Amino acid sequence: MPLTLQEVEHIAKLARLELTEEEKARYREQLSAILDYVAQLQRLDTSSIPPTASIFSGDSHLRPDEPRPALPREALLKNAPEHEQGQFKIPPVFE
Amino acid sequence: MDYEAVIGLETHIQLNTESKIFCACKADSWNAEPNTNICPVCTGMPGVLPVLNRRVVEKGVLLAAAMHAEIQPVSYFDRKNYFYPDLPKGYQISQYDRPLAKGGYLDVPQADGSIRRVTIWKMHMEEDAGKTKNDPLTGTRLIDFNRCGVPLIEMVTGPDLRSADEAANYLIRLRQLLRWIGVSEADMEKGHLRCDANVSVRQKGETILNTKTEIKNVNSIEAVRTAITKEIERQIREYQSGGKVEAWTLEWDEDTQTLKKMRSKETEADYRYFREPDLLPVYLTDEWKVKILETLPELPLERRARFVQEYKLPEYDAELLTSERSLSDYFEATVRAYGGDPKRVSNWLMNDVLRMLNETGQTAAELALTPTYLADIIRFVDAGTVNANTGKSLLQKVNVSGKSPAEIIQAEGLAKVSDDDAIRAVVEQVLAESPKEVESYKNGKTGLMGWFVGQVMKKMQGKADAQKARALLEKHLN
Amino acid sequence: MLSLTQAQTLLQRGEISSRELVSACLERIAALDGAIHAFLYLDADGALKQADEADRKRKTVAGEHMPLLGVPIAIKDVLTVEGMPCTCGSKILEGYIPPFTATVVKKLQDAGAILLGKTNTDEFAMGSSTENSAYGPTRNPWDLSRAPGGSSGGSAAAVAAGFVPAALGTDTGGSVRQPASFCGVTGLKPTYGRASRYGLVAYGSSLDVVGVFAHSAADAAVVFSVYNGRDPLDATTQDVPDANIVLETEASASLEGIRIGVPKEYFIAGVQSEVEEAVRAAIQKMAELGADVREVSLPHTEYALPVYYLIATAEASANLARFDGVRYGPRVSGETMWDVFYKTRGEKFGDEVRRRIMLGTYALSAGYYDAFYGQAQKVRTLIRRDFEQVFEQVDVVACPVAPTTAFPLGAHRNDPLAMYLEDIFTLPANLAGVPGLAFPVGFDAAGLPIGMQLMGRHFDEATLFRLAHRYQQATEWHLAKPTIDN
Repeated sequence: MPLTLQEVEHIAKLARLELTEEEKARYREQLSAILDYVAQLQRLDTSSIPPTASIFSGDSHLRPDEPRPALPREALLKNAPEHEQGQFKIPPVFE
Repeated sequence: MDYEAVIGLETHIQLNTESKIFCACKADSWNAEPNTNICPVCTGMPGVLPVLNRRVVEKGVLLAAAMHAEIQPVSYFDRKNYFYPDLPKGYQISQYDRPLAKGGYLDVPQADGSIRRVTIWKMHMEEDAGKTKNDPLTGTRLIDFNRCGVPLIEMVTGPDLRSADEAANYLIRLRQLLRWIGVSEADMEKGHLRCDANVSVRQKGETILNTKTEIKNVNSIEAVRTAITKEIERQIREYQSGGKVEAWTLEWDEDTQTLKKMRSKETEADYRYFREPDLLPVYLTDEWKVKILETLPELPLERRARFVQEYKLPEYDAELLTSERSLSDYFEATVRAYGGDPKRVSNWLMNDVLRMLNETGQTAAELALTPTYLADIIRFVDAGTVNANTGKSLLQKVNVSGKSPAEIIQAEGLAKVSDDDAIRAVVEQVLAESPKEVESYKNGKTGLMGWFVGQVMKKMQGKADAQKARALLEKHLN
Repeated sequence: MLSLTQAQTLLQRGEISSRELVSACLERIAALDGAIHAFLYLDADGALKQADEADRKRKTVAGEHMPLLGVPIAIKDVLTVEGMPCTCGSKILEGYIPPFTATVVKKLQDAGAILLGKTNTDEFAMGSSTENSAYGPTRNPWDLSRAPGGSSGGSAAAVAAGFVPAALGTDTGGSVRQPASFCGVTGLKPTYGRASRYGLVAYGSSLDVVGVFAHSAADAAVVFSVYNGRDPLDATTQDVPDANIVLETEASASLEGIRIGVPKEYFIAGVQSEVEEAVRAAIQKMAELGADVREVSLPHTEYALPVYYLIATAEASANLARFDGVRYGPRVSGETMWDVFYKTRGEKFGDEVRRRIMLGTYALSAGYYDAFYGQAQKVRTLIRRDFEQVFEQVDVVACPVAPTTAFPLGAHRNDPLAMYLEDIFTLPANLAGVPGLAFPVGFDAAGLPIGMQLMGRHFDEATLFRLAHRYQQATEWHLAKPTIDN
């Protein structure tokens, strides 16, 4: 079941990845091969099997409602590509 | 052709916990400088993990119980995946198919006496995102993450509302309820309660659901009411002219009081929900649930009904006295302390005390004029120890000084003077000092009686028994 | 080139100072890491300062309670250390300096360890050879033309080359055990939920575990005992008592009473014959030492690979969504915010990472969730049940770590699936959450190390250590050291 180029573009869009034409073609081939391989899972009858989302599911670990000091703003902005007035600066979301 | 509106509301309620839902930053940062209420967790730095705040679950359970919803013993968090600059992890931790509660309803009394039962289709816990500010002058967009990670309950109603007024009433009742049970300040202007409205119209009597539009950016109950009204009108006009309604997303512009079509999303978002692997299931044991529900108070509409039944109060009084919880608790405490006719207490509360609360901005619980003191004052007036005006002035004096009414009456000598001789003396004085008015009165201007009484009261610093003064004046003048 | 326990002993006796020890490490790194490239970041000045501090603390009461006082350790560059760069082997975090330290690292620091620097890794821990690092591969100290394994190749090589006596790595699908095997050192993957993931840049959230490399089981046990434990900042850490594993130094205890299971699904065609021989010989040795050996079956083993590459990639596709050029890392500029997202992620993520993000996104996407991600989670349950059923019959499972010894750099360059097949024996432990311990059991004709792994019940690292330690008392494979041509 190979992926179409359209499907590759759709996935890249969902994942916000800009790909060159060469990359799209290459990933299409490689991902199709991998998906073919993983499709073997369909062979198994799992209709009565519960999914495992996490290894341990007992004893949920809850936190008391107590505030703690915040991280200083400079520590947060130190790694920021662009910031202004203490906030992260970005270009317009839409044109 | 008679049309009816079909409206559903999607609300996001900001819980008033101390800390955020998945980290220990403060939940409230309304007055804080941008990005000063953050930590690695709520800004989605590499390597961080969420840990659930137990108070969020507790407040969620209270709300679910107050909405008559089925509280689930086990619920799960899921990742809702989408990209946006103010969503730092690129996914929001929310609840999808196994939320904290299912079903539920809120009964909303309408002006005509009917009750609209609004069903709840979704209720779940989730985290808030940051805020993007758009500077229209420079075009710069700035992001502040102070609000990111604040706990929210998302509540979606069924398409049960039939008018803009009903929608507004729903929000009013919801706001009242949220404050009443203490889970949210529910101040729409501060974003504690956010609302999107889904609006469609159909011919009266139909049961199908036509295409709906979504209204966003309404930041007050009045804006909700106006925006929905306008949209209903627009849709009806559209159908009447043979057109059709498209599934637009509309943004309310408060300045121009109009709805503007937002840029449409190209495709339906694929959120790719999956179980949040960093959080374990939320187990609400019976023990814990019982403990939480012990703090669930009598709800406003239930109490309103009880006030009518038990205290024989008129609907109007009951409505006002259950509009806010601390006022309501105050009323009942006063009734108990007073021991007499609850209507009497109601009158005092609804007029003078409420005015005082509005002036000082206090809640009833914050008054130095305690229920006991108020009851005392009413009893002093009942007994004639002070007259009504003095009674009213005592409200202020007690609240400001914190002293008991008895102390103040004693200290300031406010006791009503009922001594006939004392009053007679003043009456004679007033009449002697005002010959012209006496003449006018005797010539038919009987309305001057009020003035005479006023003069007596003035001379006696308001302490005179007004009825006795009037009686004596009449005796003298006639 | 001291082992951890040797270093501890000499330091405690005052026969060497921490400064001397750290200086010797730094000298060796300066001489040989140019060829090996185990380190991405070296904090030489900081390490020497910490060493002096450790020497000062040596005589104090506080110092007596610090088991790792003065010992230099390296940290895989997917774990955060405040003030040290953290690249995760990726360009998208170039220049990023975290403002907080991972809990496991903090615990090592509190125990007196000296953080020497950050080691190389496949980008975001995705890979089996460290060739996916955006900063160049690490080379195997036993043969510089070969891969050290991955994704924790840098840490494995650093220990094998004698740069540090121990190093932290992470294991999501075998990323500690496989490089341990390729580099001839001992590597532990603890039980899932044993150690905090706070500060570990997430790849597969339900699979990631912080592991450790050292020259022996005894050494690894010391480090593991320090960093494991429940963390209030990580809700997936389990409420079990902290593991504190002490292994006797005298060669004494027989392995009688321990039942070893040999799973037939791990001894299949395609396994290098020398690997199979060495592993079977090691199991035989353990039988001679008293253990009971029997054949067992883990019937769903063949499905581990497809399950892993759906679950890990799905989780990763979400975990890596935070890298958008807004708050940290470099930003590729664009006219709109969306341009910034697309270009930054498109340009700064490497090939393998983008491939896995796409695979994971697809597995979760509308219409495909049930068949792919949903089905994978169910088959994961079957794999987990295989282990539960096996551990009713035996106490540990013994098997190869990888089908081959270290492969040449570039061997799988054009075939991602072939690279994935390197992990078939290590993936199941991550899917079941069980602990795994890899250690050397021989060499092939080319002089490359062969590793074996033991897998055990949840939270039973103690039995794995006991078994491996006894084996290492009776053999010398773990003492061999590479001669590194510069």
